[in-house]
Amino acid sequence: MTALHRNQATRPQPASGAKPPFPFTAIVGQDDMRLAMILTAIDPLIGGVLVFGDRGTGKSTAVRGLAALLPPIRAVRACPVNSADPAHCPDWAGITNPTIVEKPTPVVDLPLGVSEDRVTGALDVERAIAQGVKAFEPGLLARANRGYLYIDEVNLLEDHIVDLLLDVAQSGENVVERDGLSIRHAARFVLVGSGNPEEGDLRPQLLDRFGLSVQVRSPGDIATRVEVVLRREAYESDPFAFAASYGEAEADLRAAILAARAALPKVKTPRAVLEDCAALCIALGSDGVRGELTLLRAARALAASEATAQASRDHLRRIAAMSLGHRLRRDPLDEAGASDRVARAVSETLA
Amino acid sequence: MTWARLDLALRVLAVDPVGLGGLWLRSRAGPVRDIATTALAATPFDRPQRRLSAAIDDLALLGGPDPVATLAQGRPVRRPGLLSEPALLVLPMAESAPASLAARLAQALDTGHHALVALDEAAEDGEGLPSNLSDRLGLFLSLDSERAPRKLPRPIGPRTLRKARAVYPLVVMPLDLTQALATLAARLGITSTRALLTTRRAARAIAALDGRLTVTEDDLILAAELGLAHRALPETEAAPDQPPDPPPPDQPDTPDSQPEELDLQSLAELLIEAAQAALPPDILAKLQADRANRAARGASGTGAAKAGNRRGRPLPSRPGRPDGRSRIDLVATLRQAAPWQVLRKRSDTRDRALIVHRSDLRLKRYRQVSDRVLIFVVDASGSAAMARLGEAKGAVELMLAQAYSRRDHVALVVLRGLQAELILPPTRSLVTTKARLRGLPGGGGTPLASGLGLALDCALRARRQGMTPSLALLTDGRANIALNGQPDRAQAQADSERIATAIRAAGIAAVTLDVANRPQPALAQLSQLMNSRYVPLPRADARAIAATLA
Repeated sequence: MTALHRNQATRPQPASGAKPPFPFTAIVGQDDMRLAMILTAIDPLIGGVLVFGDRGTGKSTAVRGLAALLPPIRAVRACPVNSADPAHCPDWAGITNPTIVEKPTPVVDLPLGVSEDRVTGALDVERAIAQGVKAFEPGLLARANRGYLYIDEVNLLEDHIVDLLLDVAQSGENVVERDGLSIRHAARFVLVGSGNPEEGDLRPQLLDRFGLSVQVRSPGDIATRVEVVLRREAYESDPFAFAASYGEAEADLRAAILAARAALPKVKTPRAVLEDCAALCIALGSDGVRGELTLLRAARALAASEATAQASRDHLRRIAAMSLGHRLRRDPLDEAGASDRVARAVSETLA
Repeated sequence: MTWARLDLALRVLAVDPVGLGGLWLRSRAGPVRDIATTALAATPFDRPQRRLSAAIDDLALLGGPDPVATLAQGRPVRRPGLLSEPALLVLPMAESAPASLAARLAQALDTGHHALVALDEAAEDGEGLPSNLSDRLGLFLSLDSERAPRKLPRPIGPRTLRKARAVYPLVVMPLDLTQALATLAARLGITSTRALLTTRRAARAIAALDGRLTVTEDDLILAAELGLAHRALPETEAAPDQPPDPPPPDQPDTPDSQPEELDLQSLAELLIEAAQAALPPDILAKLQADRANRAARGASGTGAAKAGNRRGRPLPSRPGRPDGRSRIDLVATLRQAAPWQVLRKRSDTRDRALIVHRSDLRLKRYRQVSDRVLIFVVDASGSAAMARLGEAKGAVELMLAQAYSRRDHVALVVLRGLQAELILPPTRSLVTTKARLRGLPGGGGTPLASGLGLALDCALRARRQGMTPSLALLTDGRANIALNGQPDRAQAQADSERIATAIRAAGIAAVTLDVANRPQPALAQLSQLMNSRYVPLPRADARAIAATLA
């Protein structure tokens, strides 16, 4: 029953007006999480971030802040999948007006308990019944194209939704074959998931689809926590003034991301670094080559963000834990944490 | 004392409902809670109060096109949902809210238009408010074991409230108090930053209610009782997480602030005392049990109770009205409506192409294989059992490692001492399992009957959640503790047999692994009573056990 769900994602926006999200640059600490998110903004092909950790550590704040920080995308105004070019608009959408406008980078929430129809899109029942028209109603995957798909509590997501996401995240295309419809459209998005590991683990297949994974913890020292509280309160009391006070930092970071995107294709990868990647993955016994690819992409993105001409062993060292930590074969009898195992392998392999 | 606190909680909530997130009211239904809910209903909040139910569907919650009205009127009709307008939501029976509702409410709270009062009626251990909600609600109050007050709580007057709300944005909290609050949270093992924010707001609201522009120590103490106390971890658990006292790194930097530092410390002590005094003695342990079990049960979100109208093997569709959780079987609906078209058109005034009545609607149904939960009942009696306990632990961990592909949940009941114990409620989480298994002691008698009873209990509960339970009993069969906890071999055997019969009657699949050095006839007999497979496995090792159960 698709039509029922139409309002689900467009949250009610009563009176108060849209206040700016908490600025990304105003987030205190959580360096790993911020670095991982910036890397995926530089190279979306890295493939998403998984943020695991305590509640109330600013996971969703960071996602929303990052999307607001990114430059707007240029897309056909009426296109349901945010196509950049009228030629790429799916024919089922029946776009006649090729006007291209700037849209903010889409961030789509995938709520727990969402129905399959709502995710993939389905027959528009309302129009089917009222007008007798066989029309497709796009789902969340369509709206997330070229943007971010954010799943809070990703570890509690129902299995059949996970299966859908696995397929789409892999192929970058959403194929709907149901209710007499045969529809396909582009669905390339950066998957951002967050959750609390104590409430259940993630299936290895889904884990593997996330390019990077980071652990977040609440800051341990008092001064940092006080700073977090003060900034949040300042934001709550006057979001506009607070956002404005970080305007410069935001602009700097945006410029840095854009510069890094431009520099990325020119970053060279010496053969030695490729060998290091492979050696590291072999030492850790990670399955498949996805680990190597992510490691490489992340290292190149990091190099680009630092305006270095080539990726180096040092770059690898810094992103090894977040690229490989979640790809290790789980050994129930090994007590050491994943990041420790990666750190051990890094110090042995890349000595 | 508690009633004064309720009074304060409602006043504070009225000042800034959205900023505080809401109130978590723990109390069984009854006259005592009715007093509280009456006071709540009479409080003049700035937004209407709306009552939810745990079974609310998406249409009612989020709004959307109303299919029934749409069909009747032949044009799209939309209906607003409960969340379409800013509201103070009241959720009764919050402890049984399904994960999907909790997630939606959590998202609604994050949009900053709503506040939530969760009426938590948790009765048994293992129930409790979903943690994504409890983290967002700034205030907590338990009315358990409370008696009716001599004087009914008096709701805040509209004028007082208006004044407090006007002052509230201007109230400031001195930096040292914020620091004391952060110190306190760290000492209590509270990691959520939300707790700090909401408690700080509560303190400001208390000052505002008093007409003051600056938060004092007393305000903060009152706020901490409402907002922090229940989040505290029992001391044993808080300790390892804590950095070895925060002050040392600070001291070299600020030698001249030493007295202030001490002051901060003593204030924190004071706050801790207040926070601890605010709670009924066993509530922390109980909340902790909730949290742990919630966490363990958290896997329920990934696939438990599936009456199934979304996936699985298709079944014939059935008539019904769409509730947002089921899908319309369009073809069946049209097939149902087709024969009547001619007749209906005759009486139709609007010349519609297709006339579908509500009674034509058909909903899709699916059948689905449910998750399996494997309940281990492990004999840990006597010193000789230590080796077997280790093997059982190993088997549980191996099973869990396979659980991803097999979709199994694992639970563990241990037989030792005078009473069996459910060490691990059904879970698929490796993290929780490891934590619970580590440092699991053995010794004492074999309370076989009590263990089987617990396992049966657990199995029935799992079945209610839509899972398929099965039992694995690892023992040498020498039951020597009766159900009443007395060491009496004959009685113990009789009790075990009684429960074994009950397990058979409940139709729970079971397997008995005899780990004694020589197969035990008594155990074979017990196994037969349970209708279970009997496998003698002298010198079982973890891999053999896991292989037998696979």
